[in-house]
Amino acid sequence: MAGTHDDIDVARVAALARLELTPEETTLFTKQLTDILRYAEAVQQIDTTGVPPTSHFGTGTPVWRHDDVQPSLDRDRVLTGAPGASPRAGLFKVPKVL
Amino acid sequence: MGAPETTARGLRHAIQQGTTTAEAACEAALARIAATNPDLHAFHLVDAERALNRARALDRATGPQGPLHGVPVALKDNITVAGMTTTAGSKMLADYVPPYDATVVEKLEAAGAVIIGKTICDEFSMGSSTENSAFGPSRNPWDPERAPGGSSGGSAVAVAADMTPLALGSDTGGSIRQPAAFCGVVGLKPTYGRVSRYGLIAYASSLDQIGPFAHTVADAALCLQAISGPDPHDSTAAAVEVPDYEAALTGDISGLRIGVPRTWLREGVDAEVTAAFERSLAALVAQGATLHDIDLPHSRVAIPVYYLVATAEASSNLARYDGVRYGLRIPDARTLGDMYDRTRDAGFGAEVKRRIMLGTYVLSAGYYDAYYVKAQQVRTLIRRDFDQAFATVDVVAMPTTPTAAFPLGALNADPIQMYLADIFTVSAPLAGLPAISVPCGLTRDRLPIGLQLTGKAWDEATLLRAADAFEQAIGDWRG
Repeated sequence: MAGTHDDIDVARVAALARLELTPEETTLFTKQLTDILRYAEAVQQIDTTGVPPTSHFGTGTPVWRHDDVQPSLDRDRVLTGAPGASPRAGLFKVPKVL
Repeated sequence: MGAPETTARGLRHAIQQGTTTAEAACEAALARIAATNPDLHAFHLVDAERALNRARALDRATGPQGPLHGVPVALKDNITVAGMTTTAGSKMLADYVPPYDATVVEKLEAAGAVIIGKTICDEFSMGSSTENSAFGPSRNPWDPERAPGGSSGGSAVAVAADMTPLALGSDTGGSIRQPAAFCGVVGLKPTYGRVSRYGLIAYASSLDQIGPFAHTVADAALCLQAISGPDPHDSTAAAVEVPDYEAALTGDISGLRIGVPRTWLREGVDAEVTAAFERSLAALVAQGATLHDIDLPHSRVAIPVYYLVATAEASSNLARYDGVRYGLRIPDARTLGDMYDRTRDAGFGAEVKRRIMLGTYVLSAGYYDAYYVKAQQVRTLIRRDFDQAFATVDVVAMPTTPTAAFPLGALNADPIQMYLADIFTVSAPLAGLPAISVPCGLTRDRLPIGLQLTGKAWDEATLLRAADAFEQAIGDWRG
């Protein structure tokens, strides 16, 4: 049933989060995440009928700025921090995708 | 600690009077760091050359001096400075050199501050002790076997141990106020939107806010003044007028209405903390403030609400660490997917993985409404409780933490017990409100205790006025 944590599948969640866990981490996180979600049951017991969710608090007024072209970060400098990049070609590089 | 010559205002005054120079102040800070940092480990990185060059340039400059002219400032190591390694306490960013300055750095330097270096913090701000730092922990100057608090623990230690008069931290669930309380300094989390987060390494974007550590409320006000205001680089930095915070410190709190959520505070608060809190309330009443019982019923579940909301946001924010554009990359991956998985496994520590996993789970199909949306609804109720309270009071008073600083290692094995250290600090960020921790006493073991005041949104002025008057009233809390 949705909304219960009895079926937490840590391996599946790790795959979604792109984390490669060791068997020890999988065992530890299964217990700890189950404990934390059990602790969070107090939230689910609160009556929220008709209560709108809050994503964040602001002033309610959007902040605008002029849509002017501004200088961006220097490409060579940005690529300096990129692992395995090709600064001469101006490209990030990654292992083959397929 | 906290003598006039160690405060930002005292130092500014001395430089203005010509009794010292920015360079001498910088050298004094560096000498103090050299003497105390090996034991306390507040700083992960000190850039002495940059700081001294900057201080000498300030001494050479003619014309009007900024409000922080020559004042050394420490930065939590999740705030970017162009060319200065910024790790966020993570192996993922151990060698990351940002190509740009955070807006708060530009603002501090425009005000004349001298950036000294970067302080130890829990990895991606996830923790309450600095023990989750890949480079930590920092140690509490009051007892080096105890935690300084976290996640901005190094910044709290830097100020508490007189290494720098000011430091910046960031607060998501208490990460400024809790270490301020543990280390016996002032720590302020501004209203959500008061200070630009451009250049702050994101943890939970609906909660994160940068704020100051200082010896005095007046110094915190001075620093807040310098870093506040809208920013074209951050649309959440609101176009709200920034009042004159130093002018707000009138010392007069006669008639100030203080709300106290007494029924909640009866649960699980250390007796010495309760005693210090009651003495603090009496000191406020002696200055003319009045006390009013209020109720914040939904703040009782603020901790689980926080861990559902913050981890959901963290799982999204930390998706960017994929080994492609910056940060760590595992060198021998054969495929892109392999590189992602193994880079993230190698780069993230246990608490970060735990929170990414929790956040991924609560956002996943079938659980999103039951956990994430539900938590956001209760977040609305937490704010409504405060709105209702603020209809009849000006500020809300609570202890900052339920206990004084705990021993390093004491809570490591049990994440929930560690999370409970933030029980009184998570409500303010969930409700978007400003809150400040001010030292209010010591335990018998000589560990600091913090008084927390929470204010109305955008009303840091009242918060600072109340905190400053309290500070004057309580006098030497170290006694």
